[in-house]
Formats: sequence, structure tokens, C-alpha cells
Amino acid sequence: MSHNRMRMARGDLGALIAALSDRGYRILGPTVGDGAIIYDELESDTDLPVGWGEDQSPGAYRLVRRQDQAVFGFTLGPHTWKKFLYPAEERLFQVTLEGMSFQPEAPAGVKQAFFGVRACERQALSILDRVFLENEHVDSGYAARRRDTFIVAVNCTTSSPACFCASMGTGPEHRGDFDLCLTELLTPKRHDFLVEAGSAVGEAIMKEVPHCEADEADVAQAEKQIEATAKEMSRSMDGDNAAQLLSRNLEHPRWHEVADRCLSCANCTMVCPTCFCSTVEDTTDLTGDHAERWRRWDSCFNQDFSYAAGGHARSSTMSRYRQWLTHKLSGWHEQFGTSGCVGCGRCITWCPVGIDLTEEVAAIRAADGAVAATSKAEDCHA
Amino acid sequence: MNMTAAPAKKPKLAVWKFSSCDGCQLSLLDCEDELLAIAEAVDIAYFPEASRATQPGPYDISLVEGSITTPHDVERIHEIRKTSKLLITIGACATAGGIQALRNFADVEEYIRIIYATPEFIDTLATSTAVADHVTVDFELRGCPVSKGQLLELLNATLNGRKPNIPNHSVCVECKQAGHVCVMVAHGTPCLGPITQAGCGALCPHYDRGCYACFGPKESPNPASLTQTWQESLDVPERQVKLALRTFNAGAEAFRKESLKHGQ
Ligand code: SF4
Ligand code: SF4
Ligand code: SF4
Ligand code: SF4
Repeated sequence: MSHNRMRMARGDLGALIAALSDRGYRILGPTVGDGAIIYDELESDTDLPVGWGEDQSPGAYRLVRRQDQAVFGFTLGPHTWKKFLYPAEERLFQVTLEGMSFQPEAPAGVKQAFFGVRACERQALSILDRVFLENEHVDSGYAARRRDTFIVAVNCTTSSPACFCASMGTGPEHRGDFDLCLTELLTPKRHDFLVEAGSAVGEAIMKEVPHCEADEADVAQAEKQIEATAKEMSRSMDGDNAAQLLSRNLEHPRWHEVADRCLSCANCTMVCPTCFCSTVEDTTDLTGDHAERWRRWDSCFNQDFSYAAGGHARSSTMSRYRQWLTHKLSGWHEQFGTSGCVGCGRCITWCPVGIDLTEEVAAIRAADGAVAATSKAEDCHA
Repeated sequence: MNMTAAPAKKPKLAVWKFSSCDGCQLSLLDCEDELLAIAEAVDIAYFPEASRATQPGPYDISLVEGSITTPHDVERIHEIRKTSKLLITIGACATAGGIQALRNFADVEEYIRIIYATPEFIDTLATSTAVADHVTVDFELRGCPVSKGQLLELLNATLNGRKPNIPNHSVCVECKQAGHVCVMVAHGTPCLGPITQAGCGALCPHYDRGCYACFGPKESPNPASLTQTWQESLDVPERQVKLALRTFNAGAEAFRKESLKHGQ
């Protein structure tokens, strides 16, 4: 953490939201909905999941009441910030037959504030930026929505059994790249936030919110809590070594075992904060005079995802699961220079049958080099 | 509407009914606003549910609702196939045998004896089966009933000579795209979404209920794994597992096979 740290009373969190709102930001953040903590529009601090936590295990999630009134006493739910930058469906262009005129979409910029971005999620946003902005082809919709996105980061002071950011080096503490960063300081005697500004806009906004300079005790408490959160994380994955491990074990019997359980339902890719795959669909009106191209989220778990003239490259669930894990943990390094996994654990909790990628990697590691007796020819080139 | 005055180049559409509740044909009539546009684009040559005026075949597009349950149905579907350029089946009855395929798991002879005063008047097959079990089908539109949006998309794509945008992936994909919270993971409610083909927009999870599989099995379904989790983690009794798979799509192979593992 850098210099310039402030202390803000819990009671002034509403003033921070109001200050953002006054500047025209649409505030998006965690709130309780349908039995989970989801990301939606916030009007005030009372919309936040105050006093709520959650129980998570592979394939199961339950909201639980906490003993205290923590504002950020939960971790991650089924939603990710990507839905606000890269919506599930988006029109790309329209064509009118008469004169063959093409009208590409001109995506409108939005002023939005992501309120409560965790460290792993911030890393996921950097990964998406890399994919959509720092390439030869810039995604105009993503760019328009990303430009004016204000980030209120939160350092985690609690973790769930699904989290493994500490082992992936992506959390629980932020390392910059935010406008403001909050650490909740909660004891039976106090309820404050340690606030750090990471941008000029962040600093300017804090001028409108009551606060004072943080003292050493505040900083020490924040550091202690974050450290404890990292230590209590029971799940882990050796992400760096997973890349080589998976590349040399493409014929491992474990792929077949996990495929017996896997439903190829695609939930894991839908909840993953970095999965970015999409398909395009062309539609017409009944007369055929007007056509539109739409983009929709897709997944390597869907059969048609690998369809090319002549058939499906990955028809078996085995080859689809293998595609997912090797892309996330191995191929991503070659493509984008980082792992595609930030250790958020969402794919573990939201898999209806509780398949756990850390367990799959561990099982392959435990029998490194094993080769499945039956490996279907159709999958060899997948 | 003056059917006979339709210009010859308009494709001739026929809508046929077999053993069914008429719900899917009603979905077509329910397309109110769009129905006029459809009536402009095609020549509705045979659609007894909508109009008494009929024209003889051949037809460019035949929509077939209902399952094959009698020897007469078998003859009739072969006749329709012969007179149709494109044959499209609509709904769970036509694509999987419908709810009436429950008879496939029972003794039909015995039913007839018990229920009908004069059993010899009843001429029925022992099974209710999908149209594709009897003739070649060009496209199967799932659902009980079919989705109005998908039906329009299919007709639209067919008329424009393009591929219909009708995905065969899981309901979970559209559930997540819609931003719903998973009822299975977050509430412990058994849901058939992971083995069911999309199409309804994840209607039931939206209302906090598990999916009933109205659209039948998705591509490469894995009912064995899903039902194992239902039983082991959600404490669903075996009989319930069987019954959940024995609804509108009981006759679909993946559901039929799995349901038999959980009882007769
Ligand atoms: S792969 Fe799983 S744990 Fe890793 S970032 Fe994606 S959802 Fe999170
Ligand atoms: S894991 Fe699959 S869905 Fe995710 S980015 Fe890679 S190929 Fe796409
Ligand atoms: S790993 Fe789980 S969530 Fe992912 S496709 Fe398989 S069953 Fe679905
Ligand atoms: S509620 Fe059902 S359809 Fe939706 S994601 Fe969960 S299992 Fe799939």
C-alpha cells in the first residue's frame, strides 16, 4: 500500500456512493437477490449485503447471516463484472438489402462505477482488457463501456472455501489499478474503512466525502486482517506449473473420469470472470430485407462451439472439459501471457455437480505421465 | 383471406396434427402480430385448426404436431412425407412421443381392457413414438409447447434459406445469460436444466423452480451424473428421479434409458 491513506467512518459509506452518483456514475455492486449475492444497480449503501455472508462448497452456495454488521463480509457470487462490459448479447451491425447499406453499432459510452471489486476480479478485468483492448482488433463495445468505468476496489478480509487467489498470486490484496480501494476495519469497538486513492478522480471524489488521515494503527489492522485472510485460505493451486503439467498430460486417464461427471452444461465458463467466448448469429426479418448480426456468450462446452465444415472437432465431453482446463491454465499463457484463471473459485461452487478444477489438476499431478488406455481418435486433434 | 388467389411463387404451408393437445399449433396462432406477415409470405394451404379452406398437395413446408400412436397414423405420416418438400416436426409429442409415451413403459392391452367398454373398437399401437422414428424429418423443433419465438425464427429462416438460430446447448447457458441465480446450487432445488436443451429462456429457474425438461435432452446429455448428484447431495428419492424424467419427453432416448435405471 502506498502513502495517502485515509480513514472513513462506516457511516460515511453512503456519502461515497452519493458522491459517485452526483458525478453521474451508475453504481453497480453487490446486493442480495434470489438467495445469493449478485451484482446489480445500487442506489444507496442500504442496498449492500450488510450483515450477510455465505457458505460455499463444490456445487453448493447458501446465504448466511453473519454475527456482525460487516458490509463486505462475503466473497463472490455467481455474477461477474464482465456482464457490464461484455453483455451476454449484443447487436454488432444491421444490413438493409436496398443499397446493401451496413450500419455498425456505435456503442454508447457509459459512466459506471464498479463498487466492491475484489483483487482476483481486478486481475480478471486486466485479463479481459488484454483480450478486448490490447490486441490488433479492439472491441468497440467493450472499449466504450470500459473507458468510463470507475473502480472501487475492496481488499478481502474474509475468504470462502472456494477461494484460492493467494496461491495464484492474484489476491486477497489489491496491488494498484483502482480509483479507490477500501479495507473494512471491523472490531466490536469500531467500524471504519481504510481508503486509498489510486487515481486523480478517486482523490477528487474523496474530497467530497468526510474522512480523516489514517493512523498507523488503522494501517496495521488492515494489513493484519488481509494477511489472516490469505492464511486461512485452504484451497490452492500451483498455477504456474499447471501449464506444463497439462500440456504434457493430454492423454491422461483423469480426463475420462471427469468427463463421466461433467454435464457439459457450460456453467463454469459462464460464471468465470475471464471466459470471453462468443458466437455470432445472423437474423433477418421475414421479408429478408433487413438483417442483423448478434453476438452471444458461447462456451467451449457447447457442441456447436467447435463446429466447422464437416463436423464437430470436440464432440465428446472429455475433449470439451480438456479444452476448458488447458485453455484456462495452459494455452492462455501462450496467448495472453498470463494464466486464464485468477483463483476466484466460481466454477467450483456453481458447477451443478461440484467439479473442482484444483482437484482435477492435483489428480493429474499425482499420476503425471499416465496415459488413458482408450483414447478416441476423434479427440486426438481436439 | 382468399387462399386460391395467392401467387404461385409463395411456398405452400401445411400444418398437420397427430396425437397431441393442439398446444403447439396454438403457439402458431398465438403469433398474432407476426401471423399476418407469415400469411403474406406463405400460402397457408392446409391448416384445419385455422381455416376450413384446404388445397391439395404437394406442400413446400409441412409442420407436423403430435406423435404416432395408431396404425392409421403410420400410414398417414408416410403419405405426408411423400407430399412434403420439407417436413418439420413441432413439439415434444412429434419429437419424442409426448406425455402419451408413458404408455411405452406400461401394458397397453391391459389399459384397453380396463378402461374401454368395447375394447375391440380400439385400434392402437403399443407405443407412442416420434415422427422421426417413422419418416425422415428435416428439422425437429422442441418444446412442450414450442416457443413462439423459436417457431417464428424457424419459419423465418426456412423462408429466407438460412440456418435457424436454434441452439442445442443446455438450459443453463440461457439461465446464466439471463443472470438468474442457479436454483440447484443456491437453493438445493433439483433442476433438469443441465441436461435439457435451451429454448424457453430458463423460464422455471427465473421463477425459482427447477427446470422440467420441456425441451427434451440437450446434445450429449449426462443424466446419470446429474441424477447421482440429485440423490447424493439433494436427497431426492429414487422414485422422484424416475418421475422427473418421465414427463413430456419420457420417450426421448436419453431420458427413457436413465429413467429405467430408477424403476420400471
Ligand atoms: S477458472 Fe474458475 S477459479 Fe479460475 S477464474 Fe475462472 S471461475 Fe475463477
Ligand atoms: S475456457 Fe472455453 S469458454 Fe473459456 S475462454 Fe477458453 S475456450 Fe472460451
Ligand atoms: S465442469 Fe461442471 S459446470 Fe462445467 S460443464 Fe462440467 S458440469 Fe457443467
Ligand atoms: S437453475 Fe437449472 S438451468 Fe439454471 S443454471 Fe442452475 S441447473 Fe442450470
